[in-house]
Amino acid sequence: MTALDRRQVIAELLRERGDLLVVSGLGGTSWDVAAGGDDPRNFYLWGGMGGAVPLALGLALAQPARRVLAVTGDGEMLMGLGSLATVGAQAPRNLAIVVIDNERYGETGGQATHTAAGCDLVAIARGAGLRSAALVTQFEQLAALRAQVHAGRDTSFAVCKVTTAVSPMIVPPRDGALLRTRFRQALGLG
Amino acid sequence: MSSEVDWPLAIQHAFVRARLTQIAYVPDAGHKRLIELCQSEPTLRAIALTSEEEGIALLAGAWLGGARGALLMQSSGVGNCVNALASITRACQFPLLMLVTMRGEWGEGNPWQVPMGRAVVPVLEALGVHCAHVEHADDVVPATNALLTMSFKAGCASALLLGQRLIGAKVFQ
Repeated sequence: MTALDRRQVIAELLRERGDLLVVSGLGGTSWDVAAGGDDPRNFYLWGGMGGAVPLALGLALAQPARRVLAVTGDGEMLMGLGSLATVGAQAPRNLAIVVIDNERYGETGGQATHTAAGCDLVAIARGAGLRSAALVTQFEQLAALRAQVHAGRDTSFAVCKVTTAVSPMIVPPRDGALLRTRFRQALGLG
Repeated sequence: MSSEVDWPLAIQHAFVRARLTQIAYVPDAGHKRLIELCQSEPTLRAIALTSEEEGIALLAGAWLGGARGALLMQSSGVGNCVNALASITRACQFPLLMLVTMRGEWGEGNPWQVPMGRAVVPVLEALGVHCAHVEHADDVVPATNALLTMSFKAGCASALLLGQRLIGAKVFQ
């Protein structure tokens, strides 16, 4: 199976992002999103493992006119699998979930996750009601994924298989209250 | 008199007045009527969770998007929320309102409920969550309104603990 470069995937998804709101899971995907360019409409999780998808769900339900992207790693997704069932039950039309799957816990020494042992996150997502769940392994598939993230008409879910190469750590702001306040200000909220 | 207060309806009215929109829950018998009242109110979206910690993240996301909500659970669920409460709610200073129906106290007949029930207040206080324990129906409305103000005006994390003396202990043979 071909594996993608994680930074290339994120850069492609965030290119010309328009009004897209982004939630990233703790660890590698927060560094990836920061590497794509810091933006007040990014909410980077630095903790709360397993929380990226449910946080993005609350945001998507609160902002139904905007597209919301949750981008997280396989380890973070595995800790919050139940939230996929919750997303499936709510079925927000404006939420896209992208799992950057290197089959490793990248922040803790590269230990194998369950996806390395064959755990199929696409099948789990389909089973949770996310019927369009897809596996992305080729660069040529990214255009379709990008279109789904930016203009999808349904909850979408994709697993992008990426290499285990370690990318430079690009650190976003780490003050959670700052990230919270500037996100709301970017939406015109007090 | 106090037994005539329809406190679940009063809480639902308080939610609507405070312009809450997302009511996340893991069911508990003590929340049965409030959940049904939230499901039947068009301005509230009742969101069933698989585990209480999802609700902590969900309501943080709701606040980021300009929406307010509340999280309903049984006392056991407090244990499931610990890291999310610390690492999301408190680390980012998100407002939060939890409504916790208590087990493991007043008339409890299931020994497995007692340890977590007894741990609820120390655990929440260790996490900086303001707690109000209510045992009488007359106190529900003032406590709910007080915590709504603390959560959404003062930006606190707060928990309304609905005691078994109020909701009635589950009967075991």
